[in-house]
Amino acid sequence: MAPPNPVNRPLSPHLQIYRPQMTSISSILTRITGNGLAVAVVLMVWWLLAAATSDAYFEVANRVATSWFGDIVFTGSLWAVWYHYLAGLRHLYYDAGHGLEIKTAERLGWACVIGSVVLTVLTLLIIRIGV
Amino acid sequence: MRYLTDRKKAMGRGPAHSGTERHWFMSVTAVALAFMVPVWLYIFGTTLGQGRDVVLETFARPFPAILTGLVLFVGMRHFAMGARNMFEDYSGGATRKSLIMAANALSYAVTATGLFALAKIAL
Repeated sequence: MAPPNPVNRPLSPHLQIYRPQMTSISSILTRITGNGLAVAVVLMVWWLLAAATSDAYFEVANRVATSWFGDIVFTGSLWAVWYHYLAGLRHLYYDAGHGLEIKTAERLGWACVIGSVVLTVLTLLIIRIGV
Repeated sequence: MRYLTDRKKAMGRGPAHSGTERHWFMSVTAVALAFMVPVWLYIFGTTLGQGRDVVLETFARPFPAILTGLVLFVGMRHFAMGARNMFEDYSGGATRKSLIMAANALSYAVTATGLFALAKIAL
């Protein structure tokens, strides 16, 4: 019997073929934000471990976590978590069989994008100023 | 005539041979996180940037400690499955297997480290 001949099939979702659309871009963003959040979680857990360990260790981790680098990671991740949150709710809504008409689906995509920015600003206001 | 129900005929079919189990897992963890994450964001957001004494005091309290533990555990399992989906979409063969194992290792290592830190602070 001849050995199986591996076929180089294209993998889904054929990014190089489809024209970018609101539905596809908002779906891809969900994946990027979800996986990207791992960076902030690692930084947060390191900061927590340092707090549990000693003053000197906390000094180091806290300096990184509150530096311009930490600010970029945590502020970016705050937006990412809100985007992923709204897109996840949209997914559950789709799963229930709603919102699948193209017009509605596109509108929901914009709701995720705009809503995530609004929620990010609101969270920052509540956390920083203590509204 | 075969006395098989529609469900029985569908069991074990599909490319994953596990039906919609993974999809259901993601839905369950998503709903759990939807309830927990906004509250946790507030706790972590108001604690980050404070001195070590405030951080220790905050995470020694039952609610912030338990919630942080839950968000970490559920969140990292949700992440491991999501990452696995991504690797299965974009890679194959040994690369796929290695990446899935790495995502699982990272997810469990982060969870264990976070739970250890919480236990040390709270107890």
